[in-house]
Amino acid sequence: MKTRALIIVFLFGGLLIYCTLDFPTWGDPLAPASKHVSPRYIERTVEETSVPNTVTAVLADYRSYDTMFETIVIFSAGVACLFLLRIFRRIEPETQLYRHIPSGITLRIAKGVKPPRESREFERIDLMWVPHDLIVQTIARLIVPFSQIFALYVIAHGHYSPGGGFQGGVILGASIILFAISHNLRSSFTRISEKLAVILCGLGVFIYAGTGALSIILGSNYLDYGALSRVFGVDAVTARSHGILIVEIGVGICVMAVMVHLYYNLASAGRHDEGL
Amino acid sequence: MIWQIELVVLLMVVICGIGAIMVKDLLGAAILFGAYSFMMCLLWAIMGAVDVAFTEASVGAGISTVLFVAAVFRTSRRTKD
Repeated sequence: MKTRALIIVFLFGGLLIYCTLDFPTWGDPLAPASKHVSPRYIERTVEETSVPNTVTAVLADYRSYDTMFETIVIFSAGVACLFLLRIFRRIEPETQLYRHIPSGITLRIAKGVKPPRESREFERIDLMWVPHDLIVQTIARLIVPFSQIFALYVIAHGHYSPGGGFQGGVILGASIILFAISHNLRSSFTRISEKLAVILCGLGVFIYAGTGALSIILGSNYLDYGALSRVFGVDAVTARSHGILIVEIGVGICVMAVMVHLYYNLASAGRHDEGL
Repeated sequence: MIWQIELVVLLMVVICGIGAIMVKDLLGAAILFGAYSFMMCLLWAIMGAVDVAFTEASVGAGISTVLFVAAVFRTSRRTKD
């Protein structure tokens, strides 16, 4: 069985490599893609959208449908993860562990016994032993705000430098996941609850699709941001630039919420109780 | 670009890719996959696709490694086969 699988893999791999021999070479000016489409984008992007970064303009303006459905794919991934992993029935754990903070003693609370209230003196810890990680928590607390500001910069500065909604959203989600790893899952729930994460998933897609629908209402094609010039009170070219920014913000919100939500479900096996 | 660096990076991509599917320890496989993503990110940057490199660095080497580690944490660490 294993050799048969290996033969099939090598056969199809060889076929794929054989097919790539027909491709135009890298950076070939006579390739079909760089003959008609690319020069049009490179020459006309700035005058049509006033966005210096051609990649962002192509991604969020010329090929906007593509990016919108990419966002919807990410949204569906979040929803699918919710349906597959989330366990809504609350399972009472056999024992719970509490730490008495001043003395550092760990208390094991059996099932049915009333646990102490979470306060400055008692904190609940995971059943897999959580050490006192002062250094990790302090470093994470220092890094999280900087990475969040960097994420906002990446989203907002996508017009001029590499970056945009996807990358910024991922970095924003990563900063929240870093917080969840360095503290624990329950304290990150108090910052971003599951409900908020799910709502933000939908809100991101809504912002994107809503921008397109607004263009229709203002009498243009779907996702043609030039029609938004009346809303912003600027000319059509600047309106396209603003439209790209709004769309990127929508993508960023959706990606951030989905990443956080995926992490919550994976790390706690859908119970949202204890986790990594 | 200096072709020696490119060759080393390409070799590392292949080694990390094969290592990620051969290794028995799933946590190790997740880390190797992160290394593979990082090497791919370098390759994209060498080829001038900075946007793709940025995405690969944040998604491939960053988030997906964390999600793999979280999945390994909740399942088993050793493969069955």
